[in-house]
Amino acid sequence: MYNFNYQKATSRDDAISARSSADDGSYLAGGMTLIPTLKQRLAKPSDVIDLAAIDDLAGITDDGGAITIGAMTTHAAVANSDVVASKIPALAALAGHIGDPQVRNRGTIGGSIANNDPAADYPAGCVGLNATIITNKREISADDFFTDLFETVLEDGELITAVSFPVADKAAYAKFPNPASRYAIVGVMVAQTGGETRAAVTGASQSGVYRAADIEAALGDGLDAAAAKAVKVSADGLNSDIHASAEYRAHLISIMASRAATAAG
Amino acid sequence: MPTVSMTVNGKSVSAEVEPRTLLVQYLREHLGLTGTHVGCDTSQCGACVVHVNGESAKSCTILAMQVEGADVATIEGLADGDTLHPMQEAFRENHGLQCGFCTPGVVMSALDLVRTNADPSEREVREWLEGNLCRCTGYHNIVKSILAGAKAMQG
Ligand SMILES: Cc1cc2nc3c(=O)[nH]c(=O)nc-3n(C[C@H](O)[C@H](O)[C@H](O)COP(=O)(O)OP(=O)(O)OC[C@H]3O[C@@H](n4cnc5c(N)ncnc54)[C@H](O)[C@@H]3O)c2cc1C
Ligand code: FES
Ligand code: FES
Repeated sequence: MYNFNYQKATSRDDAISARSSADDGSYLAGGMTLIPTLKQRLAKPSDVIDLAAIDDLAGITDDGGAITIGAMTTHAAVANSDVVASKIPALAALAGHIGDPQVRNRGTIGGSIANNDPAADYPAGCVGLNATIITNKREISADDFFTDLFETVLEDGELITAVSFPVADKAAYAKFPNPASRYAIVGVMVAQTGGETRAAVTGASQSGVYRAADIEAALGDGLDAAAAKAVKVSADGLNSDIHASAEYRAHLISIMASRAATAAG
Repeated sequence: MPTVSMTVNGKSVSAEVEPRTLLVQYLREHLGLTGTHVGCDTSQCGACVVHVNGESAKSCTILAMQVEGADVATIEGLADGDTLHPMQEAFRENHGLQCGFCTPGVVMSALDLVRTNADPSEREVREWLEGNLCRCTGYHNIVKSILAGAKAMQG
């Protein structure tokens, strides 16, 4: 690991100003992605600005029609939250299957979506549930937030403060995990909210999370699992690696979508 | 260099460290607590698991500076003199280790499971061990040990 200056921000403003005055600063949330990256010398920030001491970045609030999750809320806190379990159980289940218990004790929703790993779970959760990402500057629809592999619309130094999830009428997430890392080889969030059906796919595409229009059309208003399973997904543009070929991932998309639809009921 | 202070196994400690110092390096190299192991470079094996404010965490993926003011517990803090902690004793009784490299991390991880789930099922134990890799045992006796340890802790 290259050396850096470490700062523990005490407030949002403190974090944002530390980040803007650094040559090449990086926010630190749970560190479950950033620290392995630093260890491999794949990043060389001049300053690491720890967000952990900013009290008002963590926590879950029930806003009636939506639940809002602070950026620094850990995966374990979401998985074990009674509010999330009763309002959007699919989201609690998604968080409860990220990595392993120790990753869930530290890793955060803000870090996960800022990182936008193409095999991460939360991007599918955000797009499938039509979430809004809230930053220090603006509110961004999940549809616009995730742009490409490890890329988002976040500007330099922009701080995610929370993510707001509308309460879905029906939703479920099905993941075919990589047996070693638990990242998604393919994961699909199927949700129906206010009459709209969504199917958001992670792990599969070369450009990260996306909405599968063909699957959504097959699911229809009734979340027809058999119809989703029958969709022949094209392997074009899908990722191929040592874990799975593009054709295998294409097949998994319709299978995971149909499993999610069945679970969503 | 900045100074970091924390409590480790009930004792207050403080030292100057480079900001890039990992908690596991601090424990092993500054404090000589070599019971916490490093088995990988990818945050996947769990040999380094310790407790930070009561929750299990991978000490290879936390900077020492991040745990400023925290309460850290390592495998060395479990036994009471020569009397092993019931979870440690269960590993001895049930042949829960072979080379023993993974064991400190597995024991610390298991204690975090029991903290929130005093009487886990075999399936819950196996799922919980997702973050702990063992190259020797095939996990079977680890699971048996944890189930026995959990029972013993209920008294
Ligand atoms: C062994 C292992 C297994 C894993 N398995 C899975 C899995 O199955 N599924 C899955 O989805 N993920 C998995 N992960 C990743 C995990 O979920 C991480 O927690 C997550 O990707 C990053 O979150 P973090 O809080 O640790 O962020 P950090 O590592 O601290 O930060 C990641 C990036 O986000 C930036 N950032 C952090 N917070 C903010 C913010 N509030 N505003 C703006 N930028 C911010 C940081 O600057 C950094 O660039 C795994 C990780 C490990 C180590
Ligand atoms: S040393 Fe392998 S997870 Fe920490
Ligand atoms: S006993 Fe050897 S690695 Fe687990």
